[in-house]
This record gives sequence, structure tokens and C-alpha cells, in this order.
Amino acid sequence: MSHEAPTNEPAIDRPPVTADVAPPTVDVEGTPQTRIGRFRLPTTTLRAYTMLFALVVIWLFLQLATISETHPYGLFLDPVNFSKLLKQTAVTGILAVGMLMVIVAGQIDLSVGSVVGLAGGIAALTQGWGLGPSLASAIVVGLVIGAIHGSLVAYANIPAFIVTLGGLLAWRGVVLWRMKGATVTIELPVFRSIGEGFVAPVAGIALAVLAIAALAFLTFRRNSARRRHGLTVAGTGAAVARVLIPSIVIAVFIYMMNTQGGVPIPVFVFLTVALIGAFLTQNTTFGRYLYAVGGNPDAARLSGISLRGHILAAFCVMGALSGLAALVYTARNGSAAGDAGTLMELDAIAACVIGGTSLMGGRGTVFGACLGALIMASLDNGMSLLNVENNVQLIVKGAVLVAAVGFDMLGRQRT
Amino acid sequence: MGASESPILEMRNITKSFPGVRALDGVTFDLYSGEIHALVGENGAGKSTLMKVLGGVYPHPQYGGEVLIDGAARRFGSVREAEHAGIAVIYQELSLVKEMTIGENIILGREPRRFGVVRWEELYSRAAKLLDDLNLRLDPRVPVGHLGIGQQQLVEIAKALSQEARILVLDEPTAALTDTEVETLFGILNKLRSRQVGMVYISHKLDEVFRMSDRITVLRDGRTVGTEATSRLDEARVIARMVGREVGSIFPEADHQRGEVVFEARDITVEDPNVKGKLLVDHASFSVRRGEVLGIAGLMGAGRSDLLMAVFGAHAGRFTGEILIEGRPVRVTRPSDAINLGVGFVTEDRKRFGLILDQTILNNMTIAGLKRLSGSFLTDVDSEAAAGERSMKELRVKANSVFTVAGTLSGGNQQKVVLAKWLLTNPRVLFLDEPTRGIDVGAKQEIYAQINRLAREGLAIVLVSSELPEVLGLSDRVLVLHEGRITGEFKRNEATPEAVMACATGHNKTISAES
Repeated sequence: MSHEAPTNEPAIDRPPVTADVAPPTVDVEGTPQTRIGRFRLPTTTLRAYTMLFALVVIWLFLQLATISETHPYGLFLDPVNFSKLLKQTAVTGILAVGMLMVIVAGQIDLSVGSVVGLAGGIAALTQGWGLGPSLASAIVVGLVIGAIHGSLVAYANIPAFIVTLGGLLAWRGVVLWRMKGATVTIELPVFRSIGEGFVAPVAGIALAVLAIAALAFLTFRRNSARRRHGLTVAGTGAAVARVLIPSIVIAVFIYMMNTQGGVPIPVFVFLTVALIGAFLTQNTTFGRYLYAVGGNPDAARLSGISLRGHILAAFCVMGALSGLAALVYTARNGSAAGDAGTLMELDAIAACVIGGTSLMGGRGTVFGACLGALIMASLDNGMSLLNVENNVQLIVKGAVLVAAVGFDMLGRQRT
Repeated sequence: MGASESPILEMRNITKSFPGVRALDGVTFDLYSGEIHALVGENGAGKSTLMKVLGGVYPHPQYGGEVLIDGAARRFGSVREAEHAGIAVIYQELSLVKEMTIGENIILGREPRRFGVVRWEELYSRAAKLLDDLNLRLDPRVPVGHLGIGQQQLVEIAKALSQEARILVLDEPTAALTDTEVETLFGILNKLRSRQVGMVYISHKLDEVFRMSDRITVLRDGRTVGTEATSRLDEARVIARMVGREVGSIFPEADHQRGEVVFEARDITVEDPNVKGKLLVDHASFSVRRGEVLGIAGLMGAGRSDLLMAVFGAHAGRFTGEILIEGRPVRVTRPSDAINLGVGFVTEDRKRFGLILDQTILNNMTIAGLKRLSGSFLTDVDSEAAAGERSMKELRVKANSVFTVAGTLSGGNQQKVVLAKWLLTNPRVLFLDEPTRGIDVGAKQEIYAQINRLAREGLAIVLVSSELPEVLGLSDRVLVLHEGRITGEFKRNEATPEAVMACATGHNKTISAES
């Protein structure tokens, strides 16, 4: 922290203040930086890339560890396994996007697993009504439950921890009661395909081309907007890199998926949710208000933001996404059961936290939460490939969660 | 006056600095047993800081000077050590555990035990005896949370006495008390005086000071102005000593062209959300014109912030009254109503109420006016950034870029960010509550210049400040609040520090009779 110079004399030795402002490079207060050996990096940038770096390290390790005679370059990143890995990420990822919004607003939702179980069960039980009503019922159930939780937190002032802990128990009770101990098979083929189907390779290529074109267009438009506002514009090289690097990632991804029959539908759903979630949090007033509400509720309220409205909305989004995740999960399993979704809330919370979300609220990104979900799934998948016993898997995952937060705190203290 | 020959407490040449501020600058203070020694001064004069040095809140090497108890030099390393030396400080914020009973609170930390097991009967009988001693009819088995603030304060005194305190410091003990509770308190203080307890009495209420104290010490700007027997002083002289400071020339000359009334509040009454029936603001009215700076002076707790919070739609307590904007009655029930009507509010305590410290300067600057600056649903970071950079230049915020995190800035620059936030809502009237608290002189001057510029540009400004020179130097008109009521109004050239302070302490009649 910097402090003002202790002086009782009125600004005599200060630079003369003229009508034209001195360029803001003199006497500035710096962005916090972190030193790593001889290198200094802006701390915020560092945080964003730390987890990406961690993911790459984990992937490389697992790739090397799974080298065998049949797979001389390693099994982990083989398209077959990679496709499976992403499918495993999908459900946690969808939930993590909703959880991120709840946590950013300074709340928590512990009921997610039970809601997934209930919504999935109801969708399975209502298959007789036809495809549309069956799918819609899961989303509606989630949304209504989210609205109930949100109202209790925002308007009855009951802490979210309590409301959703109650929800965790109560909604699980409702599923067990409705399912009567039975397992209900998903009979509708379209329903099943949400879990098992693929986006046709041609459609996948079309989407990739569309995505790359949109990226190029938005980058171009952004630069011209910045020029219009008189802001500094990144050079052509940076603009090309900004389009080219994601484009390569998209192309490789689509190519890999298409060798396995196309992008799995759960992965497609997850990516769509993540994109919308990222857009909502980063590019809308709603998103900005959500961060303000979690970052400093008093300041947000005095800035004219409705705390209650935004908390309610966050729980509604979480509820609806629980319903969607329930559809993907139930479809992938091919059936609904009373204990479906148990402990999923903890995976979602862990994904957010590993991705740099602060449980105090006001900090975290959708990108980070998705990365967190991917790290969790990679550990699960990789350790299964290596035949690590289940109990050891749990220990490793727990340690990674605590280490991720510990590392983050360490980085924060240094500034 | 004290009965004993030598003082039980002497504080010699005490100095204490905070980054950028010298809070105490060679203060000398003493206390005899069996006397009440009043400590008075403006907000920020150093009274509380001095008592925190005495109470061990600022342990030894953090201050300069000497503290002597019974003539022996002592260096307290902690609050506990000070307590062992017989010093009890009763702060404005009470330190009782609300969920525990009166008895548990009084004996807290010194429970009678046998084999590590608390002997409850003995605890409660000891507590009952202490309460009885003070003529307090309270059941020691009742949880403290069930008591009113006034009774809690009395319990706190009982606790102090149970620790055999010989030096009792009371910081604004009557701020939250009703008249009858004040009488009970005074009865107890008189009793303690006869038992040879030495008491330091800090208060803004001069009538109480004159009624209760044997001697009065006035502090100003961290220095002792003087100590004298109460019988040889009168209120006017104490006030003169409190404010006796030249209103510096750091305030730019301003001649504001005043226009029509923009904002008017009539008969505003605000109830304390925590204490039923207690009024924080009592039928206060004010209006402010285009291009005018209206100053609101008053001591801490006079209801200045409560008044502004209420008319901004942000007060937790029940409020009644009428608000008119440009002559039209309007309804303000939430801050967003006020903002939409063109009211901006630079609140006090920027870290708590003003800024989201984790977020960038830009996010902080645009959050209140976001829909106007950026879009009603989709945000446009670039037009925001452009507006933010303009504000940054206009207000001379010193930072790398608009993307610097607000929490890393100095106080002065943080305050400018808060000011920018409200200017970007395009207000017609701007409330400023303690806009220069805790920032250095250079940054203060810049804020003053901005206030004058904004008034010149036609903004109506309401300025609340505890620093009298600031209110007097900037305002075209000054209102004075005392205990929630408006006790005085002055035009720019009529407002002298003495006259304003007299109204602020509720003694305007004394002054006007003299002059």
C-alpha cells in the first residue's frame, strides 16, 4: 500500500498543475506486480494464466505417464480418451457456470446435487408426456427451486448456506420419495442422444468456421471502436495473434472430435452454456452488477443496484442450469435413480475455487470455473487410466483443491 | 478536586503518528484520584488516540513520550497490561458479548473455578453484589442483548469496576443514552468520585462537561491547548480554545452564482433502526440552489450522515418527510430512485461504502451510471473506458491506467474515483459526506478546487464535514445540526468558527448573549 507524502505544507514541492494534464506516466501508482525470479508480471495476468499452466502440466504428466506399447505417445490426449474426458467435464462444467454466478454474488448453493437428482428424475418420469414436456419439466423444476432458494435468501434474509443446506436434504428426500427406489430408464431416443449423440462432423466444421469468422469480425470491430473513442489500439500483430491462436485451438479441437464421430452433444451443450455465461458476466450490465453485489454489497446498494434482484437472479440461473445438467447427466447414464447427482455441488464449488473464484464473492470468471472443471475431470480420468485406486483419487483431488487456493492466497499476499 | 497530592496518572509529551498524519504532537495530561477530568476538542483533535495510548491499544514503541502510573513509568505492551495497571477504557462501541448474561460479561475472563469448573453460584453472587453497589436493579442472569444501549453501558462500567479499575476512561458515554439513563450514569460517576476513582470524561456535550468535571483539558490538532479548573472556565472560552485556529487560505476564493432551488428536503425525521423511538434526525429541512455549496456542520453523531442517507433512500431507519426536486415532490425509497432523479452521493468511509476495492478504477467509476454510460443491457467497455479516461484526466487521478485496481490507490486518489463515479451519473445535486477524510493536504486542495469548479458549472452541492475550516471555507451557506435538529444557519460571511461550534454543541444562546 502506498501512502500520501506526510506534509503539512500545501503542495509547494508538487509539480505545477496546469490546465493540460501531465501524461499519467509521472507519479503514478502502480499495478501490483509479482516477481518470479528475474521476471515481473502484473499479478492479475499471472493469476489468469496460472491455472492454464497447471492444466498443461497435468496433461503433459498424464500423457507421459500413460505411455505404453500400444500407445507410444501416451494414451491420455489420444482423441478417443480426450473425447471421453470432455464428456466427463460437461455436467460439472455446466453446474460450475451457474455456481460461479452464485458465488460471485457472494452466495453459495449446496443443493445442486439434489436438484440435479430431482430434475433428472422428473424428466425421466414424465417421458410419457412426450419429448418436449419431459425435457422442459427438468428445466422448470430447476428454475422453480432456484427461485425458491433465491427468494428465501434475498427476501427472508436467511443465509444461503442454510437455505441450500436445507435444500440439499429436502430435495433429495423428494427424489427418493418420487423414484420409490426404482431406476427409470430413458426410452426416448432424442432424450438419450443429449448424453450420447454427436454433432455431425460437417456441422462441427461449419460451427468452427462461424466461430473463427465471428472472432475476426469482433476483433476488427473492437479495434475500430477503440480508434473512434481515441483509445490506444493494439498493433496489427497483436490483433492477428488474438484471432489466430484461438482459431488454431478451435480447428485442432474440431479435427480431434471429428475423428471420433464429431463433437459430443454434452460437450456442445457445455460449451454453449459457458459461452453464454461468459458473455452474461463480462458483457452485460447484469454481470457487472453481480460482481459489484458480491464485491461490496454496501457500495453496490448505494450505487443504486438492487441486491435482492441480483441474488434472486443468480439462484434462478443456477436452478435452470441444474435442470439442464440433469438432462445431460440422466441421458448419459441412460436412466434416472434416486441417488443421482449426489455430491455434485461439491464438484461444482471445487471447480469454481480451483479456477480462482473467491468464496467471499466479487471475484472469479466463467473461464476459470470451466478450467477448474476440466482440471478436476482430467485428474479423475487420468488417475482412472493409471488404475489409481479410488481412495487415492479422492486424496489427490482434495489436496489439489486446497493447494490451488493456497497458491492463490500466496500470490495475493505478495502484493 | 483530587484529594491526593500527586497524580495517579501522568502522560508526558505523548506523540503518535499515522502514515501521513501526526495525530498527537506532544500532549501532556494528568489525572488525580477522585476527580473527573474532561477531555474536549473537535473531531480529530486526538482525544480518542490519546486514550488508546493509555489503554494499551497502541503498545509501547508505537508512540512517543512517557506514561506514569503513581509516579512510576509504565510501558504497556497490550490492553491486558493496561488493565492490570488499573486502567479501564469504555469505548463508544461497547465490548460486551451480547449472547452472554450480565454476570458472565462482568466476570468474563476471571471466572471463579474449582478444578477448572466454573462455580456459577459464586459468579452470579459476585456480579449481583457489584450491580447492587452501583444501585443498578438488573438481574445478572439476563443476557446482555436484552438490555438497551444505556443499560449495557452501565454494565460495562460495572465490569470495569470489578477489575478494580482506578482509572476509568469514558469516551462519549452519553451518546446513546436517554435523559434518565444519563442521570443514572452521573449518579454512578459521583459515587465513584467519592471512592477515589480517577475518571477521564470525553464528550462533545459541554453542558455535561461543565456539570460533571473538576478540570478540563482542551486538545486541538493533536496538541494540548491548556488544562484548567472547570470553575475558572465558561463554555464560550472552551469553544474558543477548541476552534482557535486560523481558517487557512488553502480554500480557493469562490464566488458562486446561485440559481433556482434544485433540491429541497422538508421536515425530515429519521428513527434509529436499532433503538426504537430514538430520533437520529428530528424535523430537519434544507434546500440547495444551482451553483450553491451548502455546508452542514455538526459534531459526530449529530445526524448529518443520517439526514443525507435518508433523503438518498438509503437509510435503514424509518423516515418521514418530503423531498422536492426543482419544486416537484418526488418519491425516493431506494438509492436508484435518487440517482435517476439526478442526486449523487459521495458517501463517507470510501472503503466501506464507496469503492469495490478488488475492482478496477474503471469498474468503480462507471458502476453507478452504468446504464447511461454503457448500455441498458449490453455493456460497451470502450465507451466506458473513454469516459473513464476523460474523468481520470479531469480529476487528475494518478494511476497507471483505468484498469488499475482501486484498492492499490492512495486515499486521495480513491476519493477522486468515488467523486468521478457520481459525476458520471450526470447529477443535478451532489452530496459530499466527509470528502477529505484521511487524505493528505495536497489531495484535499485538489478536492476543494473540484468542489468549486462543479459549483461554478451549476451543480448544487451539499457538503458535510467534521472539519470546521473546510465547511466554512467552501460553503456559501452553513447549516448546523445538533442532536438531529438544525440549530443554526449562517451566510458565508456570518459563519465564524465560534458561532458554528456554539450551535453544534447546543450552546448558541450563550454565545449570542455575550456578543
